[in-house]
Amino acid sequence: MSSILIAIALLATLAIIFGAILGFAAVRFKVEGNPLVDQIDNLLPQTQCGQCSYPGCKPYAEAIAAGDKINKCPPGGESTIIALADLLGVEPEPLDAEHGAEKEVPMVALIREDECIGCTKCIQACPIDAIMGAAKQMHTVIADECTGCDLCVEPCPVDCIDMVPMATTLQSWHWDKPENLIISTKKEAI
Amino acid sequence: MQTITLHSFNGGIHPQENKFQSTQTPIAQLPLPAQLVVPVGQHIGAPAEVIVAVGDRVLKGQLIAQPKGFVSAAIHAPTSGKVVAIEQRELPHSSGLEGICIIIDSDGEDTWLEDIANGSQAIANYLEADNDVLVNRIRDCGITGLGGAGFPTAVKMAVKGKHIETLIINAAECEPYITADDMLMRERALEAMRGIQILMKLTAAKNCLIGIEDNKPEAIKAMKDALHQVHGEHYIAVVTIPTKYPSGGEKQLIEILTGKEVPSGGIPAEIGIVCQNVGTCEAVYRAVAEGKPLISRITTITGESAEQPQNVEVLIGTPVKHLLAFAGFKQEKSLFQKFLGSLSSKAESSESKPRIIMGGPMMGFTLSSDELPILKSSNCILAPSQKELPANDIASACIRCGLCTEACPAELLPQQLYWFSKSGELEKAEQHNIADCIECGACSYVCPSQIPLVQYYRHTKGAIKEEHAAQQKSDRSRVRFEARQDRLDREAAEKEAKRQARTAAAEKAQAAKKAAAAKAAEEDAVKNIGADQSSADQTNTEGAKPEAVDLEKLQTQLDAAQAGLKKSMDKVAEIKAGAADSDKEADTLDVFEKAVATRRDKVKLLALQLAEAKKSAPPVKKEISRDDIEKKLRAQQDRIDKTKQRFELAQEQGSETLPALQKGLDKQMQKLKELEADLAQFDKAGA
Repeated sequence: MSSILIAIALLATLAIIFGAILGFAAVRFKVEGNPLVDQIDNLLPQTQCGQCSYPGCKPYAEAIAAGDKINKCPPGGESTIIALADLLGVEPEPLDAEHGAEKEVPMVALIREDECIGCTKCIQACPIDAIMGAAKQMHTVIADECTGCDLCVEPCPVDCIDMVPMATTLQSWHWDKPENLIISTKKEAI
Repeated sequence: MQTITLHSFNGGIHPQENKFQSTQTPIAQLPLPAQLVVPVGQHIGAPAEVIVAVGDRVLKGQLIAQPKGFVSAAIHAPTSGKVVAIEQRELPHSSGLEGICIIIDSDGEDTWLEDIANGSQAIANYLEADNDVLVNRIRDCGITGLGGAGFPTAVKMAVKGKHIETLIINAAECEPYITADDMLMRERALEAMRGIQILMKLTAAKNCLIGIEDNKPEAIKAMKDALHQVHGEHYIAVVTIPTKYPSGGEKQLIEILTGKEVPSGGIPAEIGIVCQNVGTCEAVYRAVAEGKPLISRITTITGESAEQPQNVEVLIGTPVKHLLAFAGFKQEKSLFQKFLGSLSSKAESSESKPRIIMGGPMMGFTLSSDELPILKSSNCILAPSQKELPANDIASACIRCGLCTEACPAELLPQQLYWFSKSGELEKAEQHNIADCIECGACSYVCPSQIPLVQYYRHTKGAIKEEHAAQQKSDRSRVRFEARQDRLDREAAEKEAKRQARTAAAEKAQAAKKAAAAKAAEEDAVKNIGADQSSADQTNTEGAKPEAVDLEKLQTQLDAAQAGLKKSMDKVAEIKAGAADSDKEADTLDVFEKAVATRRDKVKLLALQLAEAKKSAPPVKKEISRDDIEKKLRAQQDRIDKTKQRFELAQEQGSETLPALQKGLDKQMQKLKELEADLAQFDKAGA
């Protein structure tokens, strides 16, 4: 009889001790925010273009964490969808055409500076402050920071902003992937 | 002399050397080409900045583009002549991209710059000179590594704080066909050796190993002779190493000579070693001891399509065409073309593009045209025949034989990397250290399926780099986006706080005013009682005056309050008329409506007070003296003068307040006229 009581007392003591440890750990090592949202946010291209219908990449990441679809990001395209599918353990889906098509080459905004009237509307529209300028002064895009989100094009009252493909430089150029040349029999080239 | 134990690296291949063809004749001097195309970006780092203009006459050795930034190199005019264009031209690069080039028409005189010709730039006793002076000289002369990568030598030498044990001179020249360093050592061993002495002084290295492959006995002998001439002590050693490709790779040569491995992703300086090409040493000697900038180099021109394969001293910027013509380049015709040629002579014009390779057969790249110029790093022009170096554009499937793994000098797993590259698994390729691939081509060479492995790796390396850049950019974008969001929130909060502070201040002011008015009324009452007690005369004369002032004051207050009320009401109407859609405007509407209410109350209060004051003190006819009117007139004139001044100032600056000022001026003039009329009337009445 006493051995049963000892066992119960021992188990109860252990339960209290481990409960206390777990309780302490829960408070001490509490993770601020949802770590999944940050992970998803890391995979998104951060163009902040809003094409997914959310006002930025972070809100979309939050929406995905809450169960939204992962195929609403045209700038990220297929590679982002695959990465998200990998992270979340879901099947990758084709890009939702409703939100736009994936661009072949990265674009960058370019202001035709002679035509700029200095209205600052594009500066207010730029989600990442990549346009420099002041009222009644010419504006210009910081090309290195521009994500090519298109958001500055629409507000411009004189239509002086173009989206141009990013130029390839010697630094950014790299070799093409070899074409798939595998054939079963070799032919002698003429 | 200490014995040097040689080590070996994993893998490697033994392709046919094909070096004898171009070593039969001494180094030839290439005749001066009519036009030179000098790109400003020939080195690793930022392209140099052009400092000449179109139409300028330049002399041989004159600086035409200065280094921009730390990792950059100067560019000099290779010959005397005229700058005819500075424009974007295709570069001799595997990308075929364009870059800024300075095009110089040579005048045929090849006149050196005065300072260089008279030797005033030379540092005679260079072994006693200050290191900074030497490094600056090397920088000013635009010396870059001549082995292939083209890293600015001055930058490599200026590495401070790193303890360098060994200086390794790369004279292995392991790639087939290329003999530029071989010939240089045979003919200019002494200059190269003196260059090595300078580099040893700069790096403060304890010893120096010159690695030469054993297929260059003449070069080894020449270097040993030169060593005995310049140097008694033996801390420089000429080391003969076995011939094996790619023993001339920096990391491989270091492993052969010292047995040490350069850490992955690191540089040799981390293990106390600096590596330099032997050609660079010679260029360093010329720069320091003769003051001559790097404007020419030794280039091998070889291949079966060249009738006289040889080494030539060629000016940087010389079109490859010129070089080919000198070596008797005959374009090989394919069977198909020969067939066509026998049918009609017209087919002659439709010649196919000549196949010319810059660099060696293993690591070189095919040039898109023979107009492209020779760069500081162009050590070989290879013009092979079809039979000699067949084009490889048919690959079979990988049979997993593993030969590539055996051949890989970097001890990677080429087959795995191939699969990852093919399927675009960049992360896995990265985990398998694709970054350590030196792109030597040994794996492609041994591949029985002729898979262009190196091209896959080059693509994957580029794609990984691109992905990293994209990731960095997106991180930066996130930071910028969040900073902007914070700023917008902060601004909104500040605005709200300001608005609340304003309302609070207004309420306080209102309360203070009311309190003051109440106090004044009390005081007045007290005074009035006091005044009642005094004599009746005094009441008439003295009591009337404050009363009158009060009356006037109240009147002006009432006017002001009425004007304010009107303004507020206007504003309310305006806001109501305008889109009252957004919440923000609705907020302001509330505020203004409140303001209207308080102002209306105030007006009522004032009107009441005024009426009371009027009642209590029947208006006394004021005695107006002529002096008073004159005083007012003068004050008015002063005011007009001031307004005029301000108006002129505004006109000068083109300020926006101009119309408002004009209006004010008109009003004041009107008042002046009224006062003048008053004065006239007064005079009339007096008369």
